[in-house]
Amino acid sequence: MNKSKFKFDWLVLPLFGIGVVLLLWSVFSATWAKELPSPMKTWEKSRELILSPFAKRGEMDQGILRFTWYSLVLVAKGYAIALLVGTPIGFCLGLSKTFSKTFDPIIQILRPVSPLAWLPLGLILFLGAGKQASELGALFTIAICAMWPTVLNTAVGVRAIPQDYLNVAKVLKLSRTKTLFKVLIPATLPYMFTGFRLSLGIAWLVIVAAEMLTGRPGVGGFLWQEYNSLIYEHIILCIITIGVVGFVLDRLMSVVEKRFKTA
Amino acid sequence: MSTYLELSNLTKIYENSKGPQIVVKDFNLSINKGEFVCLIGHSGCGKSTVLSMVAGLNDSTGGGIILAGKELVGAGPDRGVVFQSPSLLPWLTAFENVKLGVDQAFYTASNEERRQIVEYYLSVVGLANAMHKKPTELSQGMRQRVGIARAFALSPKMLLLDEPFGMLDSLTRFELQQVLIELWRKDKKTALMVTHDVDESLFLSDRIVMMTNGPEAEVGDILEVKFPRPRERKAVLEHPDYYRLREHLIEFLEVHAHYKKAHEQERIPPARFSLGETECQVLPKNECPTPKEMASNSN
Repeated sequence: MNKSKFKFDWLVLPLFGIGVVLLLWSVFSATWAKELPSPMKTWEKSRELILSPFAKRGEMDQGILRFTWYSLVLVAKGYAIALLVGTPIGFCLGLSKTFSKTFDPIIQILRPVSPLAWLPLGLILFLGAGKQASELGALFTIAICAMWPTVLNTAVGVRAIPQDYLNVAKVLKLSRTKTLFKVLIPATLPYMFTGFRLSLGIAWLVIVAAEMLTGRPGVGGFLWQEYNSLIYEHIILCIITIGVVGFVLDRLMSVVEKRFKTA
Repeated sequence: MSTYLELSNLTKIYENSKGPQIVVKDFNLSINKGEFVCLIGHSGCGKSTVLSMVAGLNDSTGGGIILAGKELVGAGPDRGVVFQSPSLLPWLTAFENVKLGVDQAFYTASNEERRQIVEYYLSVVGLANAMHKKPTELSQGMRQRVGIARAFALSPKMLLLDEPFGMLDSLTRFELQQVLIELWRKDKKTALMVTHDVDESLFLSDRIVMMTNGPEAEVGDILEVKFPRPRERKAVLEHPDYYRLREHLIEFLEVHAHYKKAHEQERIPPARFSLGETECQVLPKNECPTPKEMASNSN
């Protein structure tokens, strides 16, 4: 228990770490990376976006949290699709050897494909949707990239169900649905939530790429636009925002995950 | 008394890379209604395989099982099984674990009646105050009490117990043997129990079936235990026949241990450990299938 050397090390040390990075950043921007805006300059330019985070002055000139909100809504939709599709596939993989043998190789091939590769395909698929095409294409990309951790973790979880539990189901002659809801799903939940957490991380990674390529308003789309408008300070603001939001999402999910671990 | 459970020429063969492994061969046994029978033998001799075939968790390769005049096919709540590990679902409370089975066995009863059945059996095994606790909040002994309550609450035709007290310390084991024997006497269930504890089998059973060592395990000898019931542990231990019967069992087990040893010598030597005063052997791992292999074979 006596690991901490002084009282507020949990706060002071991280702040010190941030300080070191800020210092390096200032030094770099002052020396060999002249194009890199300094921390001070970044703050000055971003102040308005941060201090009135929900303002809307134009399609691509909005508060940073407003952009983040657009991105989160899109991620939530794509993520929901990923879970709804991924979990049943995971169960099938875990329950049926034949299903697993049939589809595991193709899953292993599709899994490492980058979101940047899926997005054009998504846009083509929903070409007929007109104005909706970019949103549907982005959703398709988020869903297909984010579902693999859910699929694989669910499958592992189903395979790891102790034989004891299955024997109980057999001896009590539980019906298929009862076995699924009373035994299989509760036993797999901890694994499923690990998958859900990893999937959410990926969904958040994908959103930026998807918005950049489709030019949708959102934190990634804004980043790309500011690059084209040569306002480099806002790029850094976007990077920090994306990082912080991703971190918060991961923390939230791991709180949920821990709740199910003990079950 | 008439035969209630009949095992005739029950055989189990596993196919593996070394060819067919005959685990149990032509196992014959009749059990009367209301009788308590123990199957005793060395670890890995196939006694648990016999039990899991009766439970329907493991398909037999040959022979048949008749319970109450009907041939058994597959598992079902007409046989209450108490597993070696309590096998409770950890996300359900003790009450819900028992209720899960009761809901299956008494699906025509009202919810209130089913609740009463669950509460009755949990109280009888001494868990009246711990009904709504999760298995993680219960001691190992209390969990196995829930396991026993779950088996009896199904009101099964017969009870199957697979070394139910093997994982418990000896004090808890004595307590649970008492709980089991009292419930058994009240409900007048036919019971088949697998054990390798000589004293346990003498205290509980009407007959002790000794199994020869596998491969090709079969019934070696049957011992009648005629201590008067209801039994008191002290009275049983002081009974003039007790040590004669105990000697008989141990001698049988020892003879079979040596027979096995001679067979095993060229191969991996079996690990030995002692259980009370009996010596037991553990077969090399490839000799006997693990429960997982059994399960995948039965699919």
